[in-house]
Amino acid sequence: MSTPLLVSQNLTMRFGGLTALDALDLTVYEGEVLGLLGPNGSGKTTFFNVVTSLYTASSGQIMLAGQDISHKSPQEVYFQGVTRTFQRSRLSLPLTVFDNMVIGNYQHLNLGLGFNLFQRKRLRQQYDEMVDKAHTLLQTFNPGLPQKLFQPTATLTMIDRRRVEICRALLSSPRLLLLDEPSAGMTHDETNELMDDIMQVRGLLKPFTIVIIEHEMNVIQRITERCIVLNFGQKIAEGSYEEIVADPQVQIAYLGQEQE
Amino acid sequence: MLHTLKPSRSLLWAAMVVAFAIAWGVLHAESEFEVGITLVAIVVVVLAARWLRVAPAVGASMNDHPRSLGWACILGVLLLTAAFYDDHFALLLLCTVLLYSVAGFGLNIQFGYCGILNFAGAAFFGIGSYTAAVLTTHTGTPHLLVLVVGGLVSALLGSMLILPVLRTRGHYAALVTIAFGILFKTFLEVNDTLGGPQGMRIPNMNILGWQLNEDIVIGDLDISFYANYAVLSLVLCVIAFILVRRLERSWIGVSMDMVRTDEIAASVFGVPIARMKIIAFTAGNFLVGVAGAVYGLLTSYVAPNNFTFSDSLILVSMVILGGIGNPWGILPAAAIILILPEKLQFIQEYRFLLYGILIIAILLFRPDGLLPRSIRNFFPGQSRT
Repeated sequence: MSTPLLVSQNLTMRFGGLTALDALDLTVYEGEVLGLLGPNGSGKTTFFNVVTSLYTASSGQIMLAGQDISHKSPQEVYFQGVTRTFQRSRLSLPLTVFDNMVIGNYQHLNLGLGFNLFQRKRLRQQYDEMVDKAHTLLQTFNPGLPQKLFQPTATLTMIDRRRVEICRALLSSPRLLLLDEPSAGMTHDETNELMDDIMQVRGLLKPFTIVIIEHEMNVIQRITERCIVLNFGQKIAEGSYEEIVADPQVQIAYLGQEQE
Repeated sequence: MLHTLKPSRSLLWAAMVVAFAIAWGVLHAESEFEVGITLVAIVVVVLAARWLRVAPAVGASMNDHPRSLGWACILGVLLLTAAFYDDHFALLLLCTVLLYSVAGFGLNIQFGYCGILNFAGAAFFGIGSYTAAVLTTHTGTPHLLVLVVGGLVSALLGSMLILPVLRTRGHYAALVTIAFGILFKTFLEVNDTLGGPQGMRIPNMNILGWQLNEDIVIGDLDISFYANYAVLSLVLCVIAFILVRRLERSWIGVSMDMVRTDEIAASVFGVPIARMKIIAFTAGNFLVGVAGAVYGLLTSYVAPNNFTFSDSLILVSMVILGGIGNPWGILPAAAIILILPEKLQFIQEYRFLLYGILIIAILLFRPDGLLPRSIRNFFPGQSRT
C-alpha cells in the first residue's frame, strides 16, 4: 500500500463515564477511499470530531502526514488540508450559497482588515475568482445549482444543501475529506447521484483521500476500496467490503441486527 | 394601477422625498395640534403604503440604487439643516439622531454581524465624551484628533471586556457588558477628577479655525451653531456608514456572519473565532466612542447621568427596530426612538406609554425591523459573474 496519511494511535475519547473511542489504532492511506462503518454510537462521528479537533482526545495521538495534530486547533487542522461535512447540515441558512461556500476557501481569504476595507479592487478580483471557482464546482454537481449561487441557502432543497456542503468542503482542494453520512435524509437515487458527483470531482482534481461514514451498504460497496468497522469505540474488522461483510464479528455487531 | 409599481430610481427619490417631508414635519411640529396632525399624516402614509403595496418596490429600489439612496439621504439632511437653520432644538435633535446612528453602526458590527450583544453602548459613548472633555480641557490636542482618540480610548477600555466576552456566550456575554456599563457610571460618580456626579464642562470645539460652538452670522442671518455640528455629524455618519458597509461586503463580513450563525462550522473551515469577535467588538466600540466624543463637544457638557443603562437600551433597540444587520435601518429607527418622545412632551408621562405601544406595533407588523437586512451583495450595481 501507499504511504499512511492519517494515523491514530491508541486514541481514546471519554465523555464522563462513556468511552466513545477506546484505544483506537487506525490508518488511512494516501489516496484511498475508506469506509468507516459501525452501528449507531460506535464512535464514528466522534472520530471525525477528534480528527478535526472539535474534541480533544482524552489520550492517544493523531498523526497527519507524520505530524502530530492531536493538540492543534480546528483552524490549524483545516490549514493542514482536512475538511469535512456534518451528519446534520451545518450551513448558515440566512446566508447565500456563495457565502456558505466561500468560507470553505478561508485559507485564501485570511487577509487583514486593511485589505478588506480599503483594497476593494483587489478584493473584487479575488471575489470574481471565487465566484468562478464556486460556479465550476457547483456545475459539476448539478447544472441547475450555479444559478442559485446568490440565493439564501434556506431556499434550497435538502439534496442541494447537501451538495453545497460537500462543495464547501471541496473548494479548498483538501488532502483529506471526511464525509459524515452524506446519504442521511436522502433517497437511494439521490445518494448514488451524489456519490458519482464526488467521484467525478475527485477524478478532475488530484485524487484526494476520503473517509466516509455511511450506513447505506451499497454506497460503501460502490465507492470504498477498504473498510474499517467500529463497535464500542474499538476496531473490530478491517478489509475490503466483501471481507468485512463476511466477518462473523461484524455480522453480530452490525449487519446481523439489520438483516433480522 | 399602482399595484404594478416597478422598482426604479424615481420611485426611490419619491419615497425619500416623502420620508424627509415627514422628518421635517416631525421636527417642525411643536404644539399639540401640529404634532397630532403630523402623527395622523404618518399613519395615513403608512396605511397608504401598505394598501398600495409599495413597500416591496421601494425596498427593491433601495437595493438596486444604493448610491442614489446615499445621495438622497445626504441631500435630505442638508436640506433639513437649512430649513431649521435658526432652530436650536430641531438641529440638536438632528445631530443626536446622526450621532446615535453612528453609535448604532458600531453596535451593528458587534451584534448584527458577529452576534455580540453589547448592553454597555452608553458607557462606550460616555468614554468618548469624557475623553474629549479631558483632552480639550487639559491638552492642546487638535480637536479633530480628539475625536479619533475618543474612539481609540473607547476601543481600548473595551478590550478589558474582550476576555470575558470571548469566554462567555450569548446571554452571558450580554450580562458582562451590563455589568461594565453599571461599573462605568459608578466609577464616574465617585471620581472627583472627572467631576463626580456633576460632570465636566467641555471647551468649545475648533477645527482648523472653524469655531463650531458659535453661531454663524451673515448680515441679518443668524445661523444656529448646531448647524456646524449637523454638518460634522453628517460627515462622520457618511464615513462610518461606508466603513461598515465595506466591512460587511468583505471576507471579514462573511466570516463574522459565519461566526454568528455557526461557530463550529466556522472553526472547522479555519475562521479564527476569537479574532473575528475582537475585531467586531473593538471596531464597534471605536465608532461608538467617536460618536460620543462629538456628542460631548456638541453639548459642551458631560455627566454620568447621560450614560445610563437605559441609554444603552436605546442604542440596542435602535439596532433591533431598524433591522438587525442593516445599517440603513438604524437611521429611521434612531429618528423614531429619539425624536418621538421629545415631541410627545405635552402628554407628559403618557408619552412613554404611547411610544412603547408604537415600538411594539412596529415590531408586530415588521418583526424583522423597519428595513430587514437583505442578502449580501459584495459589489452592488455591477453585474455578477
